[in-house]
Amino acid sequence: MSNSSIPSGRAENSVTTAAQSADPPVALGQARSVGEVLAQSQVEDVIAELDRDLVGLAPVKARIRDIAALLVIDKLRINLGLVSEAPSLHMNFVGNPGTGKTSVAMRMAQILHRLGYVRKGHLVAVTRDDLVGQYIGHTAPKTKEVLKKAMGGVLFIDEAYYLYRPENERDYGQEAIEILLQVMENQRDDLVVILAGYKDRMDTFFESNPGMSSRVAHHLDFPDYSVDELLQISQKMLTQQNYVFAPDADTMFQRYLDLRVQQPHFANARSVRNALDRARLRQASRLFADRDRQLSVDDLRTLTASDFAASRVFQQADVRSDE
Amino acid sequence: MMTNQGNRLTQGQFSFLPDLTDKQITAQIEYALGKNWALGVEYTDDPHPRNTYWEMYGNPMFDLKDASGILKEINACRKTFPNHYVRVTAFDATQGVESVQMSYIVNRPKNEPGFGLTRQEIGGRQIQYTVHSYATDKPEGERY
Repeated sequence: MSNSSIPSGRAENSVTTAAQSADPPVALGQARSVGEVLAQSQVEDVIAELDRDLVGLAPVKARIRDIAALLVIDKLRINLGLVSEAPSLHMNFVGNPGTGKTSVAMRMAQILHRLGYVRKGHLVAVTRDDLVGQYIGHTAPKTKEVLKKAMGGVLFIDEAYYLYRPENERDYGQEAIEILLQVMENQRDDLVVILAGYKDRMDTFFESNPGMSSRVAHHLDFPDYSVDELLQISQKMLTQQNYVFAPDADTMFQRYLDLRVQQPHFANARSVRNALDRARLRQASRLFADRDRQLSVDDLRTLTASDFAASRVFQQADVRSDE
Repeated sequence: MMTNQGNRLTQGQFSFLPDLTDKQITAQIEYALGKNWALGVEYTDDPHPRNTYWEMYGNPMFDLKDASGILKEINACRKTFPNHYVRVTAFDATQGVESVQMSYIVNRPKNEPGFGLTRQEIGGRQIQYTVHSYATDKPEGERY
C-alpha cells in the first residue's frame, strides 16, 4: 500500500510545479534583458493604460514608472544570481479627496502582480471600521481576518490616519497598527500595504508612529487637478455613460468648474461626477415635462447649457457679486 | 492480520498517501479557493469514524484569495494541538447549507494506537461488532 502511494505523492508535486510555471514569476526566471521582462510580464500595457485612462497626475505617473523600473531591474538581478534584498513595497498615497488614489492603487496591484511581486493582484480596500474592533479582544481577530483576505494582493487602507487617535488613550487603533506593522515586516512577499489620506493628517500620523514611517518606502503625492484636466475627466465620464455636451454646454461647465474650485469641500473628480449626475437629473426632468414630444437619440444623450446653468453654484456666485 | 500498517487513520482525502507537504497543502487550498469554497480548520482527539463534527479552530474563512493565510492558520493550529488530528475542510455555500466538498488530514499524533474490534454477544448467540478507538480509553486532552 505504501509503495503505490509514493508515485501518487510525486504526481501531486508535479501538478504543483506545472501550475506555478504558468505564473509570471517562474516564466520571468530566464529573462536577461529589460525588454524580455517587459514583454513577458506585460507590465507596459498596464502603464500605458494608466497613462491613457488617468488624466493629469504627472508626478504620480513618473513615480510609478520609477518603481516599475526598479522592480524590473531587480528581477534581472535575481535572474543573474545577484542577491538583492526583497524590496519594501509598502506605499503611502497622499492627496486631496477625488484625486485618484484608489484608482491608482488598483493599477498598482496589477503592476505588482504582472511583475510577480504579489501572487494574486487583487485589491482589498478597507477603512478604520474594518480593522479596529469595538471592545477588548475584538481588534486582533478583525485585523487578522482582513489581512488574510488581502494575502497575495494589495491592502488599501483609506484614511489611514484614523487608525491612530491620540486623544483617546484606550483606543484600539494602536493594536491594529501593531499587528499591521508585524505583518508588513515579516510577510513582505505575501502582501503590500498602501496607506492613503490627506497630506497634513498623514504627516502627523507618521510623526506619531515612527515604526510605520520607517516601513513605508514610497510616498506618492497626488496633486489637485486643474480646471482643464477636470474638463477632460468630465468628457471621459460622459463618454462612458453615453452622454455628450451640447455645443455650448462645455463652456458653461468650464465656468461652473471655475467657480466650484474656489468653494469649500471641493473633491476634484468626485465633485465632477456629482455635478454631472445633477445635470443628468435636470436633463431628465426637462425632458419629462414635455409629455407629447417624440424623443430622439440626440435628445436623450445631450446635456445642454441650461442643465448646468441651473446649478446652485452660479446663484451663489451671483449673490456674491451683488454684494 | 494487519491491513493498515502503523494504524494510520484513514479518513477523508489523501489519507492513504504519505502526509502532505506544506507545498501540496497549498496546492489543494488553491484548488478549493479556485472553486470559491470556504475553508475551515478543525481538530479532534477522538478519531472514531462516526465522530463527524470536529472542533473548529477559529472561524471558517470566507472570501479569501490566497492560500498563505489559510496555511498560517493551519500552522497555528498544529502548534496549539501538536498531538491532535487536524483536518482542512472546504465548504460549498452555494446550496445554502454547509456541504463539505473536501476534507483531508494535515496533522496526526505521533503514536496512533488504532482501533480494536469489540464483539458483543446478544440473544440467540448472535454477535454484534463495533470498533473502539484505544485512544479514547483516556480522558479528553490526555489521549495522545
